[in-house]
Amino acid sequence: DGELCSVCPGDTSVLAGLYGPAEAKLSKELPDRAALEVLLRPKVGLPGVLERSREQLLRQTCEAVLLGALHPRTAVSLVLQVLSDAGSLLSCCLNAACMALLDAGLPLAALFCGVTCALQPDGAILLDPTARQEQEARATLTFAIASSDRKVLMATTKGSCSVEEMQQCLAAAQRAASTIFQFYRDSVRRRYSKS
Amino acid sequence: AAPQGRLLCGPGLRRSGAGLLVTKCGLLRHRPAGGGAYWVDSQQKRYVPVKGDHVIGIVTAKAGDVFRLDVGGSEPASLSYLAFEGATKRNRPNVQVGDLIYGQFVVANKDMEPEMVCIDSSGKSSGMGIIGQDGFLFKVSLGLIRKLLAPKCEIIQELSQLYPFELVLGMNGRIWVKAKTVQQTLIIVNILEACEYMTAEQRRQALAKLSGN
Repeated sequence: DGELCSVCPGDTSVLAGLYGPAEAKLSKELPDRAALEVLLRPKVGLPGVLERSREQLLRQTCEAVLLGALHPRTAVSLVLQVLSDAGSLLSCCLNAACMALLDAGLPLAALFCGVTCALQPDGAILLDPTARQEQEARATLTFAIASSDRKVLMATTKGSCSVEEMQQCLAAAQRAASTIFQFYRDSVRRRYSKS
Repeated sequence: AAPQGRLLCGPGLRRSGAGLLVTKCGLLRHRPAGGGAYWVDSQQKRYVPVKGDHVIGIVTAKAGDVFRLDVGGSEPASLSYLAFEGATKRNRPNVQVGDLIYGQFVVANKDMEPEMVCIDSSGKSSGMGIIGQDGFLFKVSLGLIRKLLAPKCEIIQELSQLYPFELVLGMNGRIWVKAKTVQQTLIIVNILEACEYMTAEQRRQALAKLSGN
């Protein structure tokens, strides 16, 4: 079981709790791997369609790295609670999910991080935009980048952009991913230095 | 010169193709004995059953000839009534729902339900079996248990100078403590729980304060 709070630049924060591998209900258990369930709760109101689609994106990203074959017929639940939203929410959720997986000690094939890029009307690329910058942008792209060779695990776009612009955003996100992985390493090092 | 013999991959490392994949975060440890062994020392709270581990289980149900035990994993473990020292079909052990049992796993893999026994391979109980009445059961992280089980653990030695007590450590994170009075038991429980985050110096100060009282 692991719990973590993730903060992205601009005061967006998400609390992630991971429970598992625990007993799965007969209807939900899979015979060859762990069944991963993601629940995203917004700060106010009930979860809607937007939360459901984000849950699916998070679930697919986590399933790509989790070695579920080591725990068949079990259930792993990831619960995310949005504490404050000031832009780049999906990438903050991705970072919180990865750190919760790390903290809980589940076997992972690689780490991942989330990076959001906003394409402004004049063509400039902004990383980790605030809510206001996201609204003014022509397109907002979120990438989940794996730690092994900076492969792309998930990409989602809101708005329209050309293929070249998407490639440029992807390259910028891959460069920024190194900073985030270094942050993971530093926080884990601090945790293990206490014992 | 490279050491001879087979290299052992412990918890946290897996073979993937020609190389090794690190699957957990933690400190990489190495033991040069034999062919050499590497493993990752990670801090976890949830237990996954492993064959040969000694654990404390709580009896949740009796199903015919088999007891169902909660060991903190994803499935309840099964324990046959014949797996106690000196148990026969006529002489059944007196186990009730809610009892604590200290046993070891004989079968524990990802595909099957874990099975426990309270005797070792020669048929002797060697300390396993039903844990007596009274005492206090609580849960700590798996890393603390491994630290307490290390040979010549300072924490246990320092605590034994404080009060006499009985202690059972389960690899699933469960500890059972019994001292002469309830207050002494609770003091030992609090110290063991706090040991996870205290340095050796803070622990000695806390114990000195207690033995001064």
